[in-house]
Amino acid sequence: MIPFGPQHPVLPEPIQLQFYVDEEKIVDVLPNIGYVHRGIERAMELNDYRRNIYLCERICGICNVIHGQTYARLIEKLTGTEVPIRARYLRTIWAEVARLQSHLLWLGLFAESIGFESLFMKIWRDREIVLELTEATNGHRIHMGTTVIGGVSKDLDERLRDRYLGDMDRLRKEVDDWGHVFVKDVAFREKTVGKGILPKKDAVHLGAVGPVIRGSGVPRDMRSNGYGVYGELDFEPVTHDGCDSYSRAMVRLDETYQSIDLVKRAIDQLSEGPLVEKNEGFPDGVAMVRSEQPRGECFYYGVGNGTIHLERCRIRTPTLPNIPPLLQMLIGHDVADIPTIVHSIDPCMSCTERVTYVEEAA
Amino acid sequence: MTLVQKARLKSLWVVHFDCGGCNGCDIEVLAALTPKFDVERFGIVNIGDPKQADIMVLTGPVNHKNKRVLRDLYEEVPDPKMVIAVGTCACTGGIFHNCPNILGGVNKVVPVDVYVPGCAARPEQIIDGVVLAMKKLAGEAPEEDE
Repeated sequence: MIPFGPQHPVLPEPIQLQFYVDEEKIVDVLPNIGYVHRGIERAMELNDYRRNIYLCERICGICNVIHGQTYARLIEKLTGTEVPIRARYLRTIWAEVARLQSHLLWLGLFAESIGFESLFMKIWRDREIVLELTEATNGHRIHMGTTVIGGVSKDLDERLRDRYLGDMDRLRKEVDDWGHVFVKDVAFREKTVGKGILPKKDAVHLGAVGPVIRGSGVPRDMRSNGYGVYGELDFEPVTHDGCDSYSRAMVRLDETYQSIDLVKRAIDQLSEGPLVEKNEGFPDGVAMVRSEQPRGECFYYGVGNGTIHLERCRIRTPTLPNIPPLLQMLIGHDVADIPTIVHSIDPCMSCTERVTYVEEAA
Repeated sequence: MTLVQKARLKSLWVVHFDCGGCNGCDIEVLAALTPKFDVERFGIVNIGDPKQADIMVLTGPVNHKNKRVLRDLYEEVPDPKMVIAVGTCACTGGIFHNCPNILGGVNKVVPVDVYVPGCAARPEQIIDGVVLAMKKLAGEAPEEDE
């Protein structure tokens, strides 16, 4: 038995996977999660529903923008607030900027897990372009915090708009510069093609989400439901049918280009109008919303009881449904392939753990 | 200052452990290693093995399951060691203060030398924290804020 984690150089976050190996082949995997469980869902019942948006953004620092927006959409549904069109466009722009940031982060870490140290550095240097944009928008690199219930709290003025467009072009050039390594490089293909196989049938059966299921050829993407303004931006999900780590990497590389295009298209179509619609009354009734995070589908379910506190809020984030497919991907592969296969699902433990509390064995 | 002490300050090795934060500080710790901030020019290297590290960088509020892992990790780092708590939630619990499963701040489990507040703490702040820890290792008194 080989333990992998909770503290491991490849993983920035604590999860433990216990591998049962026969010589070099993995025969069984047992996950042990719960190292990041904080109890956010309980805290959400204790807080004012307006303040919860900041707590939601801190479920995960990488997909914070989309968490905040999904929660805001949930409350808007519960209070019957209509979001102005300009706010919806701005939310979509920032969600795509956040996705870019996350995919660049992932591409860098994936390159590092294969051994491309300087490629990792190069990608993270380009990621700073996106972070500087975030900083120019709201003064913070990671937590954007621009979403409020009923709209957005910041605007894109003329200067910032030009900067967004210019930086997106710059980023596209940079991605062109290193993107071909992921497509063609021999060492990269050796490590990824045919590794971590997840057949289409199993991907659907095990409930994989996000780039994992799209890498198995299933065009399942919540953005194609047209929430926000994706319906007006001619959004088409990216799919690859290799069913292996390579396809999942290609999905993310193509989505990086797609996000750049979506940001530019949304900025072109941006119309004048109010930024925020005042929401009245307290959340009442039952509602659920779904949105697409960089890692997959995110699902919020909320029950309001007409007071300032929510009765219940359930959050299902993308990494948890991707863990059962991961366990299947790993079986039968070599120990040396563990880091790349684990990385290929883009694990985000902070997202995963809010209710799963695994009791330590005495 | 002995020769060993002098040499140590030239190459501080850092072990990073996430005690259950939101990832924001973790990616900023990583960003500090990448070309824009590049802490490696000061001899600071991020390393996975606690047995070779001088400085522990901790992020996130500690939860009940994580407590034991953190304690073990702390014991494994050889003396003299410095512990840096990065991010508001690692300092005090921060926004997670009323979450039921957290202890609130890493100082409930291990002694902390340098606190770096901020949500998420910026790479410049983290580098500043490491420099403070370096001074503390050298035995200098930290400068007073004016």
